[in-house]
Amino acid sequence: MSRDSARRDSETIDMSENLIPKAGGDTFYIDAIRQAMREEMLVDPRVFLIGEDVGAFGGAFKTSSGLIDEFGPGRVIDTPISEVAITGAACGAALMGMRPIAEMQFINFITVTFDMLSSFAATSRYRGNGGCPIVVRGPAGGGVRGGPFHSGNPEAYFFNIPGLKIVYPGTAYDAKGLLKAAIRDEDPVLFLEHKFLYRRVKEDLPADDFVVPIGKAKVRREGRDLTIITYGAMIYLAEEAAEELAKDGVSVEVLDMRSILPFDEETMLESVAKTNRAIVLYEAPLTGGVGAEFSARIAEKAFDWLDAPIKRVASLDTPTPYAPQLEDFHRPSKAKLIAAAKELLRY
Amino acid sequence: MTLTAASIEAGYGLSRERLLQIEYHLRLTRSLEERIVSLFRQSKVIGGIYRSLGQEGESVACATALDFAQGDIVSPLIRNMGSLLVAGARPVEILRQYMAKGNSLSRGRELNIHIKDFARGFMGPVSPLGAMIPVMAGVTLAGRMQGKNMVGMVHIGDGGASTGAFAEGPNFATVMKLPLVIVLENNGYAYSTPTVKQTLATRLADRALGVGATGETVDGNDVLATYAAAKRAVDRARGGGGVTLLEVVTFRMKGHAEHDNQSYVPKELIEEWKQKDPVDRYERAILESGVATADDLASIQASVKHELDEAVDEAERSLAPIAEDAARGVYHGDGFWDEPR
Repeated sequence: MSRDSARRDSETIDMSENLIPKAGGDTFYIDAIRQAMREEMLVDPRVFLIGEDVGAFGGAFKTSSGLIDEFGPGRVIDTPISEVAITGAACGAALMGMRPIAEMQFINFITVTFDMLSSFAATSRYRGNGGCPIVVRGPAGGGVRGGPFHSGNPEAYFFNIPGLKIVYPGTAYDAKGLLKAAIRDEDPVLFLEHKFLYRRVKEDLPADDFVVPIGKAKVRREGRDLTIITYGAMIYLAEEAAEELAKDGVSVEVLDMRSILPFDEETMLESVAKTNRAIVLYEAPLTGGVGAEFSARIAEKAFDWLDAPIKRVASLDTPTPYAPQLEDFHRPSKAKLIAAAKELLRY
Repeated sequence: MTLTAASIEAGYGLSRERLLQIEYHLRLTRSLEERIVSLFRQSKVIGGIYRSLGQEGESVACATALDFAQGDIVSPLIRNMGSLLVAGARPVEILRQYMAKGNSLSRGRELNIHIKDFARGFMGPVSPLGAMIPVMAGVTLAGRMQGKNMVGMVHIGDGGASTGAFAEGPNFATVMKLPLVIVLENNGYAYSTPTVKQTLATRLADRALGVGATGETVDGNDVLATYAAAKRAVDRARGGGGVTLLEVVTFRMKGHAEHDNQSYVPKELIEEWKQKDPVDRYERAILESGVATADDLASIQASVKHELDEAVDEAERSLAPIAEDAARGVYHGDGFWDEPR
């Protein structure tokens, strides 16, 4: 095949509107995040938001829209373009007893302040410096044609840092419940929010206060033949693949990890013990991803239960490209997922 | 002009009692470091030792300008043991850190002066340089949100001022009009690298101009002048006048750490700065002004020696940590930090 004939027009990517279950309801994922911040600020005067353009503009994605009107510029703080200073100031304030929420305008920019999170925040309690209860949140994830610097999934960089917690919700309910849990947590939490989901998933949320505990996975779909272990926006891809495989009589379990550090090893191993086959699906590049640790844990602790090797489906080991043709090829797709499932079922 | 006790009191606002306390902290800092070197040679101190010989003056003078009763907090670096002692850290606490004891403030997890106690007014630094400026910006931001009238003081060196955090932190703190004093110690060398290879700025305080902060340079080996400059900066911060970048010019009389013989420093430079020793100069000033007698100084040195003898004994009697505790206290909830030391 010539390179010319390999060129294609843009196709609808797998994780598009028509693939995401229309749960109905009235609260978008992005509004769930704002609700969580607002409600925590209402009940706890220690909570404040700090970041670039979070105040007057309401955030680049409007996640904090209206909060400055309600809480004033003293608690919704616009800053210079200074990720180190934003997170560093959050750390200092946390040691003084505050509960800061630091926003990264795009989660890619969290790499600028890697030192503050890895050297200061994560080690603070262990060093005897006291707990550093900050939340660092920001829009993560691809599928939005954001290119190399606006599509990141940085969880693996931080996964090897004891002292941090990492959550990556895929639903509006989990976004609200996990963010509230993160704000109330005594340790630093990275809250990854998938920007593709901001205004694409919504559901009715309970009127009363609730939290989703950090470290607890959720079985989103029960199955017998194969478990897809995933998190973030990939839960929808897993469910689509499960639907399609069901037509062939294959029963797929979809496990949404929700929390990445700490992760719910018990539920993961229980599921594998039941289905005897596991695919670990994640949106970050394959090599050294969080799924590598999940796979190792299954191999160490559930080897006897396995009827086939563990499979990983993830993005290519490349930066995230911009052109739709390139990004779609780079990302996990339903086709790749189904091919992996069929390979395991044939094994 | 000849200094007298009265002219010092009038010019600096320092009573005889406080002047003698400065002398005590200078001698305590220098002697404690000498004890640590001796313990290192006996293999009782296991980590690196970073001396502040020749620059104790600025640490002690700057911290003395703070008001810990008002909740002020100082964030030292490795050559600011003097700041910690002024804030009220006890020599035995620093010795236990160096000796990796289980009942040290960090319970054997951290080295040297990396200890924190906000109740007394000191912050534990991390080793990546510059990081503590944004963190102390956050401390003072929180202080303001909580309605406290506190001031933060954070130390950085001529080398540390080359970091990215030094670009972000002072700018952020200045824009936020935070009550923060940034003490920039220009001590000639960062490890083996002379200041002229860090920056071609000849006056490091000028770096305040770029962010709109106040900049001032002072002879860091002149304890009284450094105190006065630090006090101006602290008063400015407390009065709502924002950030000061205070450059204290001093000299690192030892290598980067104990293993470093400083072969890269011209001998004449060391000789030159030996003549400017801050402790000698300060003692001359308080003797000549009649603030103190030779007997007063001898008595302070005797009490420092006695205090350190006891501190070393107490530190040596302290037990090592329990190995298995290495796994604990990473996250909240396992009770480790609630247990008595």
